[in-house]
Amino acid sequence: MLAQLLQFVFSGLTVGATYALAALGFTLIYNASHVINFAQGEFIMLGGILTVVFLASGLPLPVAILLALLIPAVAGVVIEKLTIEPAKGAGVESLIIITIGASLVVRGLVQVWFGKGAATFPAFSGSTPIAVAGAALAPQSLWVLGSMAVIVVALWLFFSRTIAGKGILATAVDPLAAQLVGINTQRVLLVSFALAAAIGAAGGILLTPITMTSYDVGIMLGLKGFVAAVVGGLGSGPGAVIGGLLVGVIEALTAGYVSSAYKDAVPFVLIFVILFFMPRGLLGPKTTERV
Amino acid sequence: MRRLQTIIAAAAMCFGLSAPGGAAEPIRIGSILSVTGPAAFLGDPELKTLQLYVETINQRGGVLGRPLQLVHYDDGSDASKANGFVKRLIEDDKIDVLIGGTTTGSTMSMVPAVERAGIPFVSLAGGVVIVDPVKKWLFKTPHTDRMAAERVFEDMKKRGLTRIALLSETSGFGQSGRKESEAAATRLGITLVANETYGPKDTDMTPQLTTIRGKADVQALFVFGLGQGPAIVNKNAKMLGLSLPVYHAHGVASEEFIRLSDGAAEGVRLPAAALLVAAKLPDEDPQKPVALGYTKAYTERFKEDVSTFGGHAHDALSIVVSAIERAGSTDKAKVRDAIEQTKDHVGAGGRFTMSPTDHMGLDLSAFRMLEVRNGDWVLID
Repeated sequence: MLAQLLQFVFSGLTVGATYALAALGFTLIYNASHVINFAQGEFIMLGGILTVVFLASGLPLPVAILLALLIPAVAGVVIEKLTIEPAKGAGVESLIIITIGASLVVRGLVQVWFGKGAATFPAFSGSTPIAVAGAALAPQSLWVLGSMAVIVVALWLFFSRTIAGKGILATAVDPLAAQLVGINTQRVLLVSFALAAAIGAAGGILLTPITMTSYDVGIMLGLKGFVAAVVGGLGSGPGAVIGGLLVGVIEALTAGYVSSAYKDAVPFVLIFVILFFMPRGLLGPKTTERV
Repeated sequence: MRRLQTIIAAAAMCFGLSAPGGAAEPIRIGSILSVTGPAAFLGDPELKTLQLYVETINQRGGVLGRPLQLVHYDDGSDASKANGFVKRLIEDDKIDVLIGGTTTGSTMSMVPAVERAGIPFVSLAGGVVIVDPVKKWLFKTPHTDRMAAERVFEDMKKRGLTRIALLSETSGFGQSGRKESEAAATRLGITLVANETYGPKDTDMTPQLTTIRGKADVQALFVFGLGQGPAIVNKNAKMLGLSLPVYHAHGVASEEFIRLSDGAAEGVRLPAAALLVAAKLPDEDPQKPVALGYTKAYTERFKEDVSTFGGHAHDALSIVVSAIERAGSTDKAKVRDAIEQTKDHVGAGGRFTMSPTDHMGLDLSAFRMLEVRNGDWVLID
């Protein structure tokens, strides 16, 4: 009984870690521009697909991973330059719709270039499962969870210890004031897109040996990441991580104990319930309305 | 351009390529396939196969001395479009026979118009509903999902496995497979101790497999799905250390399935048409030359692997051509009767013997049981 529960939790935490990485991407860009970047899921897809392609062309794994992180980051900057920047005066809603368009373009290009088939590559350190109290844990799951922890700590150091990180935080709080004290808010936005894209790609690379990848995996992963970001409180880093893991675990428990047919519906119901009682999400910024 | 055509026509006549008494009227073969849209992976090889064989047959002098002419429309995987195109084929293009309907939905949307007009119609879709109950003008060549389920259960019973878990995809293919498996299980004395599902885009099936593992007396696992899902099931099952014999449906019979499973497909069994293991068939197998011939012609021309789906189109066209030859004309009623009298016709998908009560003509022997050993398919029986 306990072993079964533990198995569901392992499964949920692994998938949840990817949702958390996607949610962190949403959070970074939201903080810098108040835009929900619906192309976030495509960065996850790009990470996985590019690693497959580079490995197939004979590059060693570390080089393939490095390139698969860099290229989506560049793609993130290009998307910002070509679509968000020219539409600067437009409202947030228009910008959000533009990101949906950008995601369609990226997905379409990959579909034509890579094809519609699924692909995968071997896990980083073999696929011999580790037995924990009767449940099996894939070594790759440890890679996913460990890498997520490293990324979260690195982000925290970046935001609290470096001038660039503090500049991004300042822009998030008040863009006009940030500009007045000499922060280049335009560059902040570019850096946010590059970071969000690289973090998303990292999620895609880590998850591909477990779940495979194809040109259209970004749709569902992106949506679940968005749910995770909203549940955790849009704009909150720790919230994104907790939201992601929570969505993953609840999904796995639903599939295990209720019915696998309702697995995808539960996260979306979760959004309603949490937003009804806690409109700012679990860890959203607390603000007081001035009456 | 026109002048060129005249010259070619004249040259053709000089070399006696056309029938005496002027240009021979072509035999018009209508086809409506899903070449684009979600069912494109089925419709695309089907159309290529029809085009390839119409060309080959015409080079050999056509049928009854008349050339074949393929009149094709793409329904974009949309059944209502197929319904519109079939009227055009009947009224404007004056077709003699109809091949097509890539999906069961498209086929069934064309049935009323075709039955009214009385045109021999061979469908390429899988659903049982196409031939059960039998419709006068409608035939089909692909195996049904009912046959796949029955073939798998037959093999399980041979190994003494009667208490099994069913894990099916929530796609159309998986849902229909689930329904047919449930019915076949009752008929064949198989008990479903677990009946789980997964979504076509799901990336993790460990929860479902953990539930299945929790059933004390489960003896085997039967997965009914298409695409990458079944490969993920293999990987998850291996990780969980699930020691049950695993069976899959005919939809995943491809090299890609073994590759995507990344070593986790060892020992997995599934039913498949002989076409996929053409080179491994024993030499005395009557299907071997047909399957090998089709594989060679298709891969040489299109530089891609053959699929079972293109094989269905190959069989449909060869059954129609043979029926026209036996009927000695394109009289629609005579051709229909000749198709119904198809006997021991060896195709890529199996040996067809049709009758007034059986408009598909395949039995369970059309499915070969395959097992993955050392990363390759091996024929079990």
